[in-house]
Amino acid sequence: MPIQLTVNGVATSVDAPPDMPLLWVLRDILNLKGAKYGCGVGRCGACTVLLDGQAVRSCMTEVGSVGDEKIITIEGLSPDGLHPVQVAWEALDVPQCGYCQSGQIMSAASLLQRTPNPTDADIDAALSGNLCRCGTYTRIRQAIHETADAASRPK
Amino acid sequence: MRLNRRSFLQLTALAGGGLALDLYRSPLTAAQGPGKPPDLTPQAFIHIANDGAVTIMARASESGQGMRNMLPMLIAEELDVDWKDVRVQQAELNEKIYGPQFSGGSANTPTGWEPMRRVGAAGRQLLITSGAQTWGVPESECTTQHGCVLHAASGRSAGYGELASKAAALPAPVLSTVKLKDPKDYRIIGHSQPGVDTHAIVTGKPIFGIDVELPGMLHAAIEKAPVFAGKVKSANIDQIKALPGVRYVLVIDGGIAPAAYTPWEPGMEPGIAIVADNWWQAQQAREQLVVDWDLGPAAAQSSEGFKKRAEDLLQAQPANTLRKYGDVDAALKSSAKVVDATYQYPFIAHVTLEPQGATAHWKDGKLEMWSTSTLPVDGRGLVAKTLGIHESDITTHMMRSGGSFGRRLQNDYLVEVAWIAKRIDAPVKLLWSREDDIAHDPFRPGGTVGLKGGLDTQGKLTAWRHHFVTFGDDKHSTSGGGIGQDTYPAGFVPAYALYTSLQPLMLRTGALRAPGDNAYCWVSQSFLDEMAHAAGRDPLEFQLELLSNKQAPWSSGEHDAVGDHEPTGQSVLIADRFKGVLELVAEKSGWAHRPKVPGRGMGIAAWFCHLGYFAEVADVSVDEGNQVTVHQIWAAGDVGSQIINPAAAENIAFGGIIEGMSHLGQEITLADGRIQQSNFHNHPLIRMRQAPKIEVSWRKTDYAPTGLGEPTLPPTLPAVTNAIFAATGKRIRTLPLKRSGFSWA
Repeated sequence: MPIQLTVNGVATSVDAPPDMPLLWVLRDILNLKGAKYGCGVGRCGACTVLLDGQAVRSCMTEVGSVGDEKIITIEGLSPDGLHPVQVAWEALDVPQCGYCQSGQIMSAASLLQRTPNPTDADIDAALSGNLCRCGTYTRIRQAIHETADAASRPK
Repeated sequence: MRLNRRSFLQLTALAGGGLALDLYRSPLTAAQGPGKPPDLTPQAFIHIANDGAVTIMARASESGQGMRNMLPMLIAEELDVDWKDVRVQQAELNEKIYGPQFSGGSANTPTGWEPMRRVGAAGRQLLITSGAQTWGVPESECTTQHGCVLHAASGRSAGYGELASKAAALPAPVLSTVKLKDPKDYRIIGHSQPGVDTHAIVTGKPIFGIDVELPGMLHAAIEKAPVFAGKVKSANIDQIKALPGVRYVLVIDGGIAPAAYTPWEPGMEPGIAIVADNWWQAQQAREQLVVDWDLGPAAAQSSEGFKKRAEDLLQAQPANTLRKYGDVDAALKSSAKVVDATYQYPFIAHVTLEPQGATAHWKDGKLEMWSTSTLPVDGRGLVAKTLGIHESDITTHMMRSGGSFGRRLQNDYLVEVAWIAKRIDAPVKLLWSREDDIAHDPFRPGGTVGLKGGLDTQGKLTAWRHHFVTFGDDKHSTSGGGIGQDTYPAGFVPAYALYTSLQPLMLRTGALRAPGDNAYCWVSQSFLDEMAHAAGRDPLEFQLELLSNKQAPWSSGEHDAVGDHEPTGQSVLIADRFKGVLELVAEKSGWAHRPKVPGRGMGIAAWFCHLGYFAEVADVSVDEGNQVTVHQIWAAGDVGSQIINPAAAENIAFGGIIEGMSHLGQEITLADGRIQQSNFHNHPLIRMRQAPKIEVSWRKTDYAPTGLGEPTLPPTLPAVTNAIFAATGKRIRTLPLKRSGFSWA
């Protein structure tokens, strides 16, 4: 039986077993490749997407459990690739291989939504589930702080 | 000795820091590969449209080292265009026109620095010729600026786009004759240029190997034996074929005969390939597989067995003498003080965040591959050999990969997907699970080292006896498990011996970032720290004194004679550069005035490898539960006269340091031939909360620029463990940290 989803603001219907992980529905059925497979057990964060604004590991989220919660992937984070987190990431040239970065960005966007001015401890708590094999943590931390600073500057 | 690229990769540690690598010998010819070098032409690398849009081909594979920026930047600088007007395009595999297209051994900078600049300068020369001919003026009166040719005397100018068609048809100048810019005029080199793929990355574009999507594409997963090279006796294949989405189930007989020495690229591992409509279905079907395996001889291997055998070998007479000078036994006997220590470090896995995989399509007798290999020419050769087809029938697209760290120098997964593709009627993408990726990694081999060091009454190092127990047979050490006869501190200690003994290993091993050096640096720089403390001296001052000794000749015979500091061939350790980075990091970290309080300490270490020099200082604290916090790491590097892309260079240095910390916590162990680790919970990486503040400083020297992928990493391990000693008085001689009673906070 088809499953109804709202992905990046678009209502869509997928023909998938309810226990299929959301990650593989996004990647192999909906052809949204931004969320990445890294571990399959929620230990690396490369598959992070937002469900009603909350960062979740899509590799551990059964598609049948999503219901009417709105799914946002990196492709839908902003219409033009200019979400403040994306802007900061580009300005600091955060990525090396880049494979983890969509997950990092989704976790950072979720953190900044809840906590507009995060401390280092807030960043540690919110981002320690996202592994970066290349070791770009220094720049990720800096990019999150810069996003917060840019938002608080008078326009 | 002349080594080709393949043997270099097997023997990366042969000459220790020096690397007996033909590639580093003469950058211009070496960069054009072994055998008859192709003539690199500007036409192959540079395409200028009539509207002036400049496309530069990036020849090397990209897995995060920034090669798609660095090499094209060299071309763009000498072509004299603005970087904002340049579009970079990944070249397909064609070494006949691009020269070598591999990313390994931190080699792209030293081998690309001169040829790529000359390609750009030759392109500029062709545009000048085109302009001069068009205007009927002498070439010598023409100059270039921002993508235009100018003739000042007549006030004429033309954009490169207007001159491009004519220029492309001209004969390419001989690269060695073109004039290069004075470095003071650089506008691109030495100025940070953001990654050419960064926007695509932050917006989730499908640019990685795993993202390839083709019409009608199927997805494959492979179940392999729990023991290396175990073969399929029987399996419930008919049952699996009937499962949802499953299209094909293929038994791979494989081509590996387990033996005491497992070579680089030993052949296909046996297994069962399941091909389904999507990867999750293939994985679901895998769970229903029931296989009767013939596990073979590797099932008898265990880490306990390796440890016992290593301890026995350490007690016995060493099997091989790699380097010996002075009478080390007599020197130890007459030393005022002797320190005796055994160091042990484990196997570890690469764990690239994108697991291994690739895509292939066999159609009408031709194979098209979407590869993530960092050594794709070898991949193509292996595929041709395994499938019995001609290399000329293979097209290789080079996809960005989610990390390599040496893993993708081996092409096992590429051969697997090609093998599957040849047997089915559809394009197919293979993906290893994380568990597959760890269990079937070509591991960094573990090692055991027995050390004896002697001190005289003044506290000077007099003797160093180094017995390295590694893996292999009588003739070969396993890939990534060889050691160079010139490995530091060889050459500086008055009496020195380096011995090896080997035990059999039936397991794939390979090159992990700074292969060999990532372990030997930890061993040697830790023991040097021990010797300094035994002498009651400051470790920095102790090492600077050692480096001031008259240096014994470099025994592997490569490149500069010692003391002949020509700024060209550099694979011999140059003591002044080693000292220079130590002194710089000491200054930056405030080493001389470091606080000495219980539970907190600083450690220092340095290394030379892959032509680069790095020294690092770590500041750590250790709580009552032996939990370690690294507060800050200072790094000082000397990779020559020019940092080509500064922001990227700093990022790579951050990465090497974080990876070095990860190595301190990782191990792969075996029981009954089975790998006991499976995912990031038991083969961990450093996480955000553990990542220290890092400060990187550069010491610019008058040597040609060299690479950064590898040399940043090795000093991190001993800098941290030496700092733990400073904080606690406990010497860490066994890794990972937990085997010495420590853990990350």
